[in-house]
Amino acid sequence: MAYDGNRDFGGGYDDSYDDRPEFRDGFRDLQPLEPGFDTTNYVPDVVRTFVVYLYRHIREKNVYEIHQMYEGSFQKLSDRLFKQSKWPAVEMIAPYVENDHVFCLLYKEMWFRHVYARLQPTLEQRCDSWDNYCNLFQVILHGNVNMQLPNQWLWDMVDEFIYQFQSFCQYRAKLKQKTDQELAVLREIDEVWNVVGVLNYLQALIEKSMILQILEEEKDGNVTFTATDGYDYHGGTNVLKVLGYFSIVGLLRVHCLLGDYHSGLRALSPIDINQPGVFNTVIGCQITTIYYYGFANLMLRRYVDSIKSFNQILLYIFKTKQYHQRSSQYDQILKKNEQMYALLAICLSLCPHPKLVEENVNNQLREKYAEKMLRMQRSDEAMFDELFSYACPKFITPSPPNYDEPLINFNQDAYRLQLKLFLSEVRQQQLLSSIRSFLKLYTTISIAKLASFMDVDEPTLRVALLTYKHKTHVINYDGTVLSNADVDFYVDDDMIHIADTKVTKRFGDYFIRHIQKFDEIVNELDRTQLE
Amino acid sequence: MGPMPGAQAPQQIFTIEQLVALNPYNPDILPDLESYVEEQVATQTYSLDCNLCLLRLYQFQPARMNVHIIIKILVKALMALPATDFSLCMFLIPERLQMEETFLTLATLAHFLETSRFREFWDEANRNRDILEVVPGFEQAIQGYAIHVLSITYQRLPRTLFAEAINVEGLSLDKVLEHQVNNNGWALEKGGKVVVLPLNEDNQPVLRRNTADSIPLEHVAKILPVLV
Repeated sequence: MAYDGNRDFGGGYDDSYDDRPEFRDGFRDLQPLEPGFDTTNYVPDVVRTFVVYLYRHIREKNVYEIHQMYEGSFQKLSDRLFKQSKWPAVEMIAPYVENDHVFCLLYKEMWFRHVYARLQPTLEQRCDSWDNYCNLFQVILHGNVNMQLPNQWLWDMVDEFIYQFQSFCQYRAKLKQKTDQELAVLREIDEVWNVVGVLNYLQALIEKSMILQILEEEKDGNVTFTATDGYDYHGGTNVLKVLGYFSIVGLLRVHCLLGDYHSGLRALSPIDINQPGVFNTVIGCQITTIYYYGFANLMLRRYVDSIKSFNQILLYIFKTKQYHQRSSQYDQILKKNEQMYALLAICLSLCPHPKLVEENVNNQLREKYAEKMLRMQRSDEAMFDELFSYACPKFITPSPPNYDEPLINFNQDAYRLQLKLFLSEVRQQQLLSSIRSFLKLYTTISIAKLASFMDVDEPTLRVALLTYKHKTHVINYDGTVLSNADVDFYVDDDMIHIADTKVTKRFGDYFIRHIQKFDEIVNELDRTQLE
Repeated sequence: MGPMPGAQAPQQIFTIEQLVALNPYNPDILPDLESYVEEQVATQTYSLDCNLCLLRLYQFQPARMNVHIIIKILVKALMALPATDFSLCMFLIPERLQMEETFLTLATLAHFLETSRFREFWDEANRNRDILEVVPGFEQAIQGYAIHVLSITYQRLPRTLFAEAINVEGLSLDKVLEHQVNNNGWALEKGGKVVVLPLNEDNQPVLRRNTADSIPLEHVAKILPVLV
């Protein structure tokens, strides 16, 4: 469920923000400032109006209006006035918002985000942005924020916080390109974007917000959180609670970036991704959750879990894509969409369960990856390499380098390690798809015969059969073992017995879908007025 | 099904695991976690979460990395097969370390086990006793894993294959088999040349068939409004 601006968040205005007198014509008349003009020291009228109104709506806890200004006006003003330049410095706008401390922190958070998105942040800006996040989170953690902010904004904070951390690690790892001055600064700033600091902030937000207890109590019906999308309608604040909630997803992401998939999934476990939750009120959060969840399961060889979750989100994106076209995150949505198709292709090549994939998703997948999947099923390692490299997260090396050693770029190290380990897993499964395709043709076959078909000797085949069994078995968290095999068999002495794999085609789903479709058509016809 | 060490947890494990749960990112607990690895080795217990936590802290502060401890963690992770613990650990260990001889050996051993090449595994293990023997229970754990893989695959198998997989021969093999026959429902045929494994869901997959063909209630629920 994406953010739906029509729902009642206590906002009084029905008009779209741009139509109000102060912002008539959606800023179309605004002339971009002249190139080279120092935009940080000048506050155009329209920006002054923007901060004044945003400040007022925040004070009045008018979530609907805040969301309109945050999602709509900020983007539009950025496009028209600050496409390639910075927003006015915080000191310049502070007088218009009564020098409100928290508002200034929020403004700066957006200010830096804009710099990261449109310009190349300098080392100094990276450091300042870190400081700003520290200050902002400190204020929130100490319970000094009594606001109601849109989920979208709160998610963006967590998302951007981790993005900037990842970006800093990448930046620091490119040692060759650094000037002496930058190196000197880097040596001094161990604390800035330190991995422990980042994780501790996320952890602190989770703990202070008591979100784990809230989610637990919610199951007994004692508190409401999911039902109100995390908002507080009793005059309270949603900021800490919802930030804590999104930090759960944040931890999943950071752990995955570090290659710690087990801890990532463990961190996510308070959220049941198969139930409606606050994570699917914001499309970006929903996609992030499923992308990292699916990826972690892929690395843990739990392909069926990955396939199911990718299928679900890809179907959702397929159906709702047009509603997000105006969103500032549309490009991001499309990119993750493509990456998840690539990951789905990998999973299905290693663990062919096409029945788990919905028709529309399957059509898209065939269109994009039919040929590459064929090559992966023939164990073409280069293909796995290509798709993995395209679709994997941007892995990071979290520790600072030793600046006294020769300066080299190590920004690819973490990625190369994960790729290498993944490919060695693929190599271990090399013979499995050809075993699979032979087994499909028989109900019984002797070891000797299959070995000759596959052009290997008997001991090799026996070993491969054991490997097939081992690799298709998944260990659950409770220690139970489960088979994911699409074709299953057992060996009795020298004879392989294949389980009846001709599962009858499932017509049930097909009929249900068409009954629904037919019903929709009939309803549509009923509504149509004939001339 | 496979051997899951660490099921029996003395009082002290609880406290260390609590420490990890409360301070998952705190570098100060690093020494505690290191001595806990030694303790797991000595007492034949196991905690994946604690060991991953330690590897994570090493990842944050590579200067504090203790190679001997990491090796013990990896051996313990091998013993946790069929679970994927070994890969989970390797994902966190820097590549340059993985290029060192001991680590290459461990990776090779893991590769043999993951691809069920038990004979090659035991040969390689034999050549590297110095790494493995410091961890008590290693051999039994791997034998447990081998038996696990065999019993999800075979109903009956030649005695020679079984002997090769668990690396036991002659009188000792007779003893192992006798124990399994008496305690775990195994049987022997053809004068002991064929080992009969007890039936389970995986070595007679027919049992599990066709559960997938039913339609879940929530799907039917979708069309109920249309039907009434």
